[in-house]
Amino acid sequence: MVPALALEDIRVTFVAQDGSRYTAIRDTTLRVAPGEFVSVVGPTGCGKSTLLNIAVGLLQPSAGRVRVFGEPLAGLNRKAGYLFQTEALMPWRTALENVTAGLEFRGVDSAEAKRQAQAWLQRVGLSGFGERYPHQLSGGMRKRVALAQTLILDPEIILMDEPFSALDIQTRQLMENELLELWAANRKSVVFITHDLEEAISLSDRVVVLAAGPESRPIGEFAIDLPRPRDVAEIRLTPRFIELHTQIWHAMKAEVLKSYAQQQKH
Amino acid sequence: MPSSRSTKAALRFWQLALLTGVLVFWYVATSPTLLPPIYFDDPHKAAFFFGEPLLVLARIWNWFSTGFIYPHLGVTLIETALAFVIGTAFGLVMGLWLALSPTASALLDPYIKAVNSMPRVILAPIFGVWFGLGIASKVALGVTLVFFIVFFNVYQGVREVSYTVLANARILGASDRQLLRHVYVPSAMSWVFASLHNSVGLAFVGAVVGEYLGSSRGVGYVILQAEGTFDINSVFAGILVLTAFALVLDWMVTLAERRLLVWQPKGGETEKI
Repeated sequence: MVPALALEDIRVTFVAQDGSRYTAIRDTTLRVAPGEFVSVVGPTGCGKSTLLNIAVGLLQPSAGRVRVFGEPLAGLNRKAGYLFQTEALMPWRTALENVTAGLEFRGVDSAEAKRQAQAWLQRVGLSGFGERYPHQLSGGMRKRVALAQTLILDPEIILMDEPFSALDIQTRQLMENELLELWAANRKSVVFITHDLEEAISLSDRVVVLAAGPESRPIGEFAIDLPRPRDVAEIRLTPRFIELHTQIWHAMKAEVLKSYAQQQKH
Repeated sequence: MPSSRSTKAALRFWQLALLTGVLVFWYVATSPTLLPPIYFDDPHKAAFFFGEPLLVLARIWNWFSTGFIYPHLGVTLIETALAFVIGTAFGLVMGLWLALSPTASALLDPYIKAVNSMPRVILAPIFGVWFGLGIASKVALGVTLVFFIVFFNVYQGVREVSYTVLANARILGASDRQLLRHVYVPSAMSWVFASLHNSVGLAFVGAVVGEYLGSSRGVGYVILQAEGTFDINSVFAGILVLTAFALVLDWMVTLAERRLLVWQPKGGETEKI
């Protein structure tokens, strides 16, 4: 089967203004099947976000290829939706107008766009909040708007960069369950970046562990055979979850310590 | 809340009291017969230099009741409006262009700095020669004042567009033109509105200074005429009328701001749910 997204032998080297080089990622190959939910975990500063930026086409790799359903990627990845870690909503648009934005850019009739956006706001639990501006919504609600804004375009690949890391733990688990529900209803490929191993295991089909940066690369891959549908709060208590967690954490631990030691040096 | 309303009423009361106090002091200090001459040897000299509030108010009343002031005021306000609209439009276009085109920005940078540091009021006589003594020369002066404020704010506004918001809009499928319309311009407009009070005020300054330096109509012209005949009461009357209308313009800007910037968080607003 042709992978929905394939990053092959990716290397990313940044050149600073003073000419010094920094290789964030090397020898990285990551393939995501259609409908597969893959999480990428790794210590802070290991180039997780860089990998996503490559996948969406915001950044060009120094070496290697990006293929989307077998086609080499040129420019922005039109088959992908991207959920940012930080605020990405347009503050001058209401929640509803933010959700319609993508359809509007594609030239969809505005009444039709509005109808779809209302439906999506309802799906993420925000019906009745459409006329509010982002600053009038809480952090969790803004994330829901962002989710609706991305999913309304029905992307084949959904890239998520620690989307829930700024939320409190309860809101976060709520959002994770909602995400799983939305994903189960319409299975797309997901690449989910996180530094939270529990989050990664409870959501994914597969967890990829990255080494500490610089020159980060995948050092382990774990299939998550937990049954679906899952409740992210409950599944954490099952023996198989704890077993997987121990196993993956074992692989990660050395890298986390390495990354910590590196931060101490700087 | 009743407590905040009563503090507000008290505040208004003291503001009015302050105004009355100043007017009374002005009246007492300049009335020829009320006080013994302390500083001036002639009791009428204080009134000659500083005017008399009652006569000033009577002059303003007279201007409005006879309709003498309306054409002058109309001219000044038209000049202000034109200078504001043209200056803002130029500033917006140039700001967007230079902010989005690094080459043009690098090329023009020293010249923009130079023209901005120049005291542009000295251009008034040149504009008088170029555009005549009518409305056009005052508008031109106002435009040079308004342009730079708007220009720098738009430039800044475009430069400070959040990277994430921009990247997100691009991933959502916005073309370059759509980015301009849906991201750059709204972001720049918030900076333009932040400077609206300034730019309307300067458009007004441009109009009045232009009139003062050479014209045949406008409030600035009225003041100049009064000064020429040592009619100090009319000078003060003109200044008061200008101040009142500057306040009205400022208030209109506040209203416009409230309507157009609803999306911006205000300090102390706790409407989150």
